[in-house]
Amino acid sequence: MTAETTSTPRPSGSSFVNVGERTNVTGSAAFKKLILAGDYAKAVEVARQQVDNGAQVIDVNMDEGLLDAVEAMTTYLKLIAAEPDIARVPVMIDSSKWEVIEAGLKCVSGKPIVNSISMKEGEDAFLAQARKCMDYGAAVVVMAFDEKGQADTKARKVEICARAYGLLTGIGFPPEDIIFDPNVFAVATGIEEHDRYALDFIEATAEIKARCPHVHISGGLSNLSFSFRGNETVRRAMHSVFLYHAIPAGMDMAIVNAGQLDIYDQIDPVLREACEDVVLARQPAAGGEETATERLIALAESFKGRDKVAEKEAEEWRGWDVVRRLEHALVKGLDAFIVEDTEEARLLHARPIEVIEGPLMAGMNTVGDLFGSGKMFLPQVVKSARVMKKAVAHLIPYIEAQKEAGARAKGRIVMATVKGDVHDIGKNIVGVVLQCNGYEVIDLGVMVPWSKIIETAQTEQADIIGLSGLITPSLDEMVTMAEEMQRAGLTIPLLIGGATTSKVHTALRIDPAYDGPVIHVLDASRAVGVASQLLSDTQADGFIAATADEYQHVRDARAGKGASKLLSLDDARANGFVADFSEKAPPPQQPGLHVFPEWDLADLAECFDWTPFFRAWELAGTYPAILDDAVVGESARSLFADAQAMLGQIIREKWLTARGVVGLWPCARHGDDVVLHPDADELSVRLPFLRQQFAKSRGRANFCLADFIDPAGDWIGGFAVGIHGIEPHLERFRAGHDDYSDILLKALADRFAEAFAERLHAHVRTTLWGYAPGEQLTNEALIREQYRGIRPAPGYPACPDHSLKPILFDLLRATDNTGITLTESQAMLPTAAVSGFYFGHPDSQYFGVATIGRDQLQDYAARRGVDLGVAERWLRPNLD
Amino acid sequence: MTLIPSTARTALLEQASQRILITDGAFGTEIQNFRLSEADYAGALGLARDQKGNNDILALTKPDVPESIHRAYFAAGADIAETNTFSANRISQADYAAEHLVREINLESARLARRVADEFTARDGRPRFVAGAIGPTNKTLSLSPDVNDPGYREVDWDTLVDVYAEQTHALVEGGADFILIETVFDTLNAKAGIMAVRQVEQELGREVPIMLSMTLTDLSGRNLSGHTVEAFWYAVRHARPLTIGLNCSFGATQLRPHVKALAEIADTLIMVYPNAGLPNELGEYDEMPPTTAGLVKEWADAGQVNVLGGCCGSTPAHIAAIAQAVEGLPVRQLPHPAPLTRLAGLEPFVMAS
Repeated sequence: MTAETTSTPRPSGSSFVNVGERTNVTGSAAFKKLILAGDYAKAVEVARQQVDNGAQVIDVNMDEGLLDAVEAMTTYLKLIAAEPDIARVPVMIDSSKWEVIEAGLKCVSGKPIVNSISMKEGEDAFLAQARKCMDYGAAVVVMAFDEKGQADTKARKVEICARAYGLLTGIGFPPEDIIFDPNVFAVATGIEEHDRYALDFIEATAEIKARCPHVHISGGLSNLSFSFRGNETVRRAMHSVFLYHAIPAGMDMAIVNAGQLDIYDQIDPVLREACEDVVLARQPAAGGEETATERLIALAESFKGRDKVAEKEAEEWRGWDVVRRLEHALVKGLDAFIVEDTEEARLLHARPIEVIEGPLMAGMNTVGDLFGSGKMFLPQVVKSARVMKKAVAHLIPYIEAQKEAGARAKGRIVMATVKGDVHDIGKNIVGVVLQCNGYEVIDLGVMVPWSKIIETAQTEQADIIGLSGLITPSLDEMVTMAEEMQRAGLTIPLLIGGATTSKVHTALRIDPAYDGPVIHVLDASRAVGVASQLLSDTQADGFIAATADEYQHVRDARAGKGASKLLSLDDARANGFVADFSEKAPPPQQPGLHVFPEWDLADLAECFDWTPFFRAWELAGTYPAILDDAVVGESARSLFADAQAMLGQIIREKWLTARGVVGLWPCARHGDDVVLHPDADELSVRLPFLRQQFAKSRGRANFCLADFIDPAGDWIGGFAVGIHGIEPHLERFRAGHDDYSDILLKALADRFAEAFAERLHAHVRTTLWGYAPGEQLTNEALIREQYRGIRPAPGYPACPDHSLKPILFDLLRATDNTGITLTESQAMLPTAAVSGFYFGHPDSQYFGVATIGRDQLQDYAARRGVDLGVAERWLRPNLD
Repeated sequence: MTLIPSTARTALLEQASQRILITDGAFGTEIQNFRLSEADYAGALGLARDQKGNNDILALTKPDVPESIHRAYFAAGADIAETNTFSANRISQADYAAEHLVREINLESARLARRVADEFTARDGRPRFVAGAIGPTNKTLSLSPDVNDPGYREVDWDTLVDVYAEQTHALVEGGADFILIETVFDTLNAKAGIMAVRQVEQELGREVPIMLSMTLTDLSGRNLSGHTVEAFWYAVRHARPLTIGLNCSFGATQLRPHVKALAEIADTLIMVYPNAGLPNELGEYDEMPPTTAGLVKEWADAGQVNVLGGCCGSTPAHIAAIAQAVEGLPVRQLPHPAPLTRLAGLEPFVMAS
């Protein structure tokens, strides 16, 4: 025990380097959001803040599947080069892809650090990259990773680093420009082999420093305390204790949020000793049978600072008066006592309606204020709404008995997901948020034809109509809706929302079709602000005029822009991607159709990608880092716990059935088409694909999916997966006024469908097609799509025509084999479903077709055998 | 691949261990003295644009002009001739519609400098060196010419590396001992130049030593891309340059603190060739040779330089004055900086051991 020591090594001064980690898309959800949104101006500000806050080096990482990382890295580095306040510090170019690192090196004018290279791919590749770093003038982080894998034990860490050191100095690499990362792994996981991980790191650090003169040692700290995610107190203590021992051993650099470290001396002595026992793999001095891990886990509970407060409150709040209890229940989303508290309040009021207008609305106003000011997040709001609905449901019979009119709402809003579309998570969330804020919402559900929406709006005297849609054909349906509202002589505002909608599309296509106000609502958090302004006597005119102006601006800007830089189709084809077909995948081991009537749900749950789950709830961040996020972490943890509980129930009680089908067919490329069964006329099917036409820089090709198929004969696959059985459970939740569980189950069903698609793709790669029989990927690697081959889906950027889906479904006999059906807009039912094509060529990759020219539209219509008008409707999003 | 080591590097280091070496002075102002006409510049090349002002093309059209200037500088005491190829790259020559002649210009410029150098060596046995001069081009990798689009660049790395490699290849083939990447206003351009030389080394299978010279654009001691002299040194140290230093910029007076800073940290030879003072109201340099010589001698006295010469406004008379002023003075001893990690943004960042 070293509690007496007052000289606490702290990560400050130039003897210990803090690398800023906020400009890293894998480490910062906020940064990732900015980059994905293309908001580079704000992203540059993130770097500025880091430097202002004392970052000595800034780590820039753009490794995100949805990004062209080369483009993002070069764009960002060029922009920060223009900011002297930022560019004054060195950059750490961080990527797992050498291509991205090298692109970054071409933009950085000082002397940067490359993070990282390793011997993973063998000595030759390692030295080739090291030589490049020398020629570009960069220091390097070398991961303790070799052909056999990541170094875990002290011996392996030392052996790999010493070997790398010998190799690097052998080619003249300056030893002082080597920074080793000997891998910080999680400790206190309950697995005995992990117990020495921290100590191995610390001991290896000392040994590496002794054996490899002049090098530095770096590491990412967050891994260490991974098993205590959710418990910041313990994590911070563990990090501080670790550094306390690792710094004297020679660790001199860390990628860490400096704000998240404690002063060693100020850590609770009991907790500190327990952390020390874990980090140094000691048997606790307290004696007994308890291991260091068990002791820290036991202690950790009592250090859940916030939980302690919560427990105390839990005892207290039941003693409060009923009005305060109702508000508390609403704000905290606690429904255990809501019926009895509501009943108690009813007895205190002359009329039951007064309970709603009084304490319940007051509580919901508090929720609305907290949400509006960013202090509460969507999952909590939805839980609050559940409490509210249960309270109101209890009061309704009494209100009706007294034949009173319902509580006067702030306004009445008719909401619907448009015809042809079945996605409603976002719409339901907006509905809940509006209800929480005192609006009456008439939700017409999904696939609602325009006639029904207009009729309802008229008979119910609605104040606003809100439309939602997720797939691209819904955009057209919304235009139709606006035209029909005009014809029906409506003047009430029309709100537009949903994933594919945008301000630009609303301004260009929907707004001109309707004389009443048309407003695009970016996300659920904006809905209340928009509705309240539209229905305000004093603000409505100004808001409507301002929005109309804004949309006129969008249209003017668009008109002024003229045609974007598009190549002719011939030129685009001439610049197509040239694949090396000597590398193409061999014929499948098991060609033909394969049906999977019931895939194991537990197996799928293991390969969930949780990040989109949180995004569905408007919580921004990457899983698992989001659980520790300073802003949304608490909300995310609570949601995650609820999701885990429901997931367990889904699996145990077999709520859902995962059905899928795979097909593998011979094919050949004909121009931009892929023809299936080219040698059997009667079976032959043509799949026309679209080609990128925008002018490319840096010698990049104009891609078309057909480029990945050998004209001389090749193979292609298709698949469809769907998750069935959700309806009875949704029914049950609706009956219980439980929007929270309703949305939760839908979001989980989506995860099952995505996981099934991923899992099935792996099965195809390793077994059915079998071109990658030995593939061994972690779930993380799967999520990052670090495998060979792609599975693009009709309606998504590489293959934007939704109308290829019926062709795919015919080939797969998907409706018979999986029970999935298609709506007239080609949305799949059940909603939790994924379908797409398989391409096996190692060079095949995702891309966005983006805007195409009229020439390709005509060509495509001809290839597809439809007239121009039909093709135009299908491809409208790609035509402006 | 193991490269054949450069014997010129060894020879220059050997000379530099004994005395302060002298590089040459300005070319542009010397060429003006010949009062050449458009016809002199254009020669019989039949190029689409006027050539007057394209000093580099004289290697093809009026080779006796650069040759006689080299001769004058060697006669004044120079050890090193810098080829007249500051703008002999594809980007700059495009302004004269002469980009197809880049290889020839460099080849001939290096050859004629080599010829004169060898002629002087043959006379007195003292080695003379030819540094193939590479200018920055008029495009920059670090800055956007469009204030509304800070991410825009007029040129990209790969293009610039190709441009420099073409020039380097021809200079080395023509007999240059070293490649002098000079007047570096953009550090990233210089790094592309270093990469180009590395490529040419691999192609030729032999070492091509690099000399680097930065130019300052403001009195605080930064170049146009914003690097301080320390940051610049850390950013280019991987080139293992034969010399590092400053040229052009201002006069010797303004360069003093920056020469001192560089001399303290750079563990290689320091070469400085300032302008002959600041230009007067008419844009002419009127600092007299003894004045320039007196100023640069202060650096020599302080043990801060290994090679001296002149840039804009300097003449053979200036070079002779400098050579005379520093003759017999002790050479700068190289510092031995501790092996620390030295990184750079626009400013240096040194990690403690």
